Amino acid sequence: MNEIETSGGPSRRGVEAGVALATVAFGLLAAFGSLLVGIGWGVEGPKSGFFPFYIGCVVIVAGLINLLAARRHPKGQLFAAWPQLRLVLAVVVPTAVYVAAIPWLGLYVCSIVLIAAFMVFQGKYRPIFAIALSAGIVVVTFATFEWWFLVPLPKGPIEELLGL
Amino acid sequence: MFRAAGLLMAIALTMGGGVPVWAAAWQPTRPVEFIVPAGTGGGADQMARVIQGIVTKHNLMPTAMVVINKAGGAGGEGFLDIKASRGNPHKLVITLSNLFTTPLATGIPVSWKDMTPVAMMALDEFVLWVNAEKPYKTAAEYVAAMKAAPPGQFKMGGTGSKQEDQIITVAMERLTGVKMTYIPYKGGGEVAVQLVGNHVDSTVNNPIEAVAQWRAGKLRPLCVFDKIVLPVTDKIAGDMAWSDIPTCESQGLNIQYLMLRGIFMPPGATKEQVQYYVDLLEKVRATPEWKQLMHDGAFNPTFMTGDHYAAWVDTEDNRHRDLMKEAGFLAGN
Amino acid sequence: MEELVNLFHGFAVVLQPYNIMLMIIGILLGVIIGVLPGLGGANGVAILLPLTFSMSPTSAIIMLSCIYWGALFGGAITSILFNIPGEPWSVATTFDGHPMARNGRAGEALTAAFTSSFVGALFAVIMITLLAPLVASFALRFGPAEKFSVFFLAFCSFIGMGKEPPAKTIAAMMIGFVMAAVGLDSITGNLRLTFGFTNLINGFDFLIAVIGLFGIGEILLTMEEGLSFQGRAAVINPTVVWRTWKELPRYWKTSLTSCLVGCWMGISPAGATPASFMSYGIAKRSSSNGEAFGTGQIEGVIAPETAAHAAGTSALLPMLALGVPGSPTAAVLLGGLMIWGLQPGPLLFVEQKEFVWGLIASMYLGNLMGLIIVLTCVPLFAAILKVPFSIIGPVILVFCAIGAYTVHNSTFDVALMLIFGILGYVMKKCDYPLAPLVLAIVLGDKAEEAFRQSMLASQGNLGVFFSNGLVGTIMTLGLAMLFWQPLQTVFARLRGQ
Repeated sequence: MNEIETSGGPSRRGVEAGVALATVAFGLLAAFGSLLVGIGWGVEGPKSGFFPFYIGCVVIVAGLINLLAARRHPKGQLFAAWPQLRLVLAVVVPTAVYVAAIPWLGLYVCSIVLIAAFMVFQGKYRPIFAIALSAGIVVVTFATFEWWFLVPLPKGPIEELLGL
Repeated sequence: MFRAAGLLMAIALTMGGGVPVWAAAWQPTRPVEFIVPAGTGGGADQMARVIQGIVTKHNLMPTAMVVINKAGGAGGEGFLDIKASRGNPHKLVITLSNLFTTPLATGIPVSWKDMTPVAMMALDEFVLWVNAEKPYKTAAEYVAAMKAAPPGQFKMGGTGSKQEDQIITVAMERLTGVKMTYIPYKGGGEVAVQLVGNHVDSTVNNPIEAVAQWRAGKLRPLCVFDKIVLPVTDKIAGDMAWSDIPTCESQGLNIQYLMLRGIFMPPGATKEQVQYYVDLLEKVRATPEWKQLMHDGAFNPTFMTGDHYAAWVDTEDNRHRDLMKEAGFLAGN
Repeated sequence: MEELVNLFHGFAVVLQPYNIMLMIIGILLGVIIGVLPGLGGANGVAILLPLTFSMSPTSAIIMLSCIYWGALFGGAITSILFNIPGEPWSVATTFDGHPMARNGRAGEALTAAFTSSFVGALFAVIMITLLAPLVASFALRFGPAEKFSVFFLAFCSFIGMGKEPPAKTIAAMMIGFVMAAVGLDSITGNLRLTFGFTNLINGFDFLIAVIGLFGIGEILLTMEEGLSFQGRAAVINPTVVWRTWKELPRYWKTSLTSCLVGCWMGISPAGATPASFMSYGIAKRSSSNGEAFGTGQIEGVIAPETAAHAAGTSALLPMLALGVPGSPTAAVLLGGLMIWGLQPGPLLFVEQKEFVWGLIASMYLGNLMGLIIVLTCVPLFAAILKVPFSIIGPVILVFCAIGAYTVHNSTFDVALMLIFGILGYVMKKCDYPLAPLVLAIVLGDKAEEAFRQSMLASQGNLGVFFSNGLVGTIMTLGLAMLFWQPLQTVFARLRGQ
């Protein structure tokens, strides 16, 4: 507990402001995109961009209000402590790699690596056990989706090699 | 007829899988995905599911066939998927007119030239429908009522925007000089129900989308958008048969429009692969279930393959370009 | 009276041992489909289709419809255990169902969800049996304006009820509306907000957003807390079903309201999703401990589940009578009809009596059978939470990826899912409510479409939303819901004087 309290982290204020600014940017993008397709109210009712434009405007306004409100959070308040964020990133980064690798290696191989790595590094399981279990899970998944339910999922060179 | 079909099938089977002589006999080795570039319950979806049923029931293929709906972007999603699956022989797509209209209206970069034509299964007809409670008995009476009302008073319901239904609506507006209000819905079934509920004044539903409501006495067909009357003579509602619906031309509405129900596969398919599917679809056409569908939906059962088919599609593509241009439906307008 | 005779005849058909066996197969398959993301009813049909050709249409449709029931039951399981709703109408179940599981009450939450589903479905089937012809004609009265009013009511009964800052609620909801608008504008047939990216022509699919925001976001939150998942501490006790059942009758009022809301939404073709949100909103407002909703209240599970299933079941009637499927799973049933040459439509009830009443009888028995099957499995499902998080966590990630991929067969969507996951984590930490965002994604484009169809039909006259009794009443109800809190204070003051 002490470690978390003393280790510091991004301030709540800063993150709130960042989210609010992102909201404003999103609203601007929506309003701009709507202007491209027409935002008028024709004889036959609203045009393509009518709703998105005004909704985009509301998003901008709401974002600005949230930006002001961000200052209401006390100065010392943390969004999360660094050790906590490190744990979160321990999921986000491997998952991002996983997602990026799927088009090249196929979903099944990537999944075996992801599950096994997670078990070894987060759960401190023995590598042999982790690989055996993750391979087992993935093989069952393969059989369920590809053979039984006939749902083709992305496959890579290894499946090609095995002729699956 | 039955026996002939069975014999044909037997011969086809012997040639296809029985004797491993000349190596041309390609066969699918994985489940074949049958893409429908439209939502569930529509005409293309129904036809795809019937084909799936026939193929499965009569064991026409060594692997399974799976129907997948990819309706996003007015069907653009499905066509893009086929375009991106170059050389994958385990994918088919059934098309409707959005093969031509979607790229033109949305600018989605896809064209029939990005796909390999396999076969035309049928042409779908369009019929002008009104609610049976309304007094109009003929298309001429309906047009007269339209002309008497203020512009925009009459509402035409249809599937999608800037697609076949709206093309026909614009053509009607041009011929009659009366402005109609076109209201787009998601699917043909929903359009027919909206007409039954009197939320629109007329529709141009395909026969199969509206036949159940016609038989129940809820809808009335006024005319068919074809050169000749429909060939099916069985009585459907009371003493009316499909063949009793006059052509729109005879009613003073000189509009003809037929919709392609054709099969394509991804680009880069080999001759043997295309031939396999052509043979498969020939077998499908020979089954009683297919004949029943053609009969129920009053389809125009024209079958075309190879260069004839490609040439037909090319002509249609150009015609749609002109139609869409005239109507002001091209992307960027 | 004639209906009852027909129904008993239907029961006789369904109760043949052969048909009962088919029901069990269908339900088991349906539960699997409901649990595994990325599998839909169409996949179930692909497997069963070859089998069905040797059956009579009635037997075949019994089996196919049982896939439907099984999938409805199965959808609640992942919502409660992992915060991952597989279908739009399971979203509201996560609000209280998942907190219950986190508090170690997964067994109770599952039992309540399954039982409520059964009650809702049963109520709807009884209504179908007694009122079939009336119901079909009621559905016909729903044009675009009426549909919009229903969506409006769904929004109104749900918003303005959170503890979060209003500007954040509004921002979340409006972002959802913008996302719903991306892609093809169905009224003009033009693309909008895609900025030339072909990946965006499908828009932001609800399932991808929800898997990311709820599922991945939840995993990230769990990680932050140091992999501590309190649900694991729960003692799995086979008697949990009985204990929960003893508690359930206390909430009969919530159940009844939810049944009525669900049936109504099902018949008007708005469907199960608005029904579940609306019912949750109403239960929260009318319950004595409404303030505690969202922290794991059993009422917060009962309300959306009952309504969703009442709606899902009663929606089958307009489908059979009008031929318009309300959901992809319902389209499976419709596809089934067509393969046997049965044309859905008004005459189906006249010409195919045995078939229709066989189907209705199978609704009764299929639901009962489904309930028994899933309830016996409650301890099994709850035991999944006992698996250490370092194993179940990555497995959930993999299944989320599969679910996101299968929506459009696109790896782009998997990346999108991860982005939604990070977004969900940050939003949750910053007190942005996720539910309005999801509600807007699910219903936003439908509401806009209905609004613009109405505007086309009325030639731009807003008066169309009060042009007849039906639409006027629903709109007024919606406005009353929207201003519920101010109105309540006014009433309270009046009473005080």
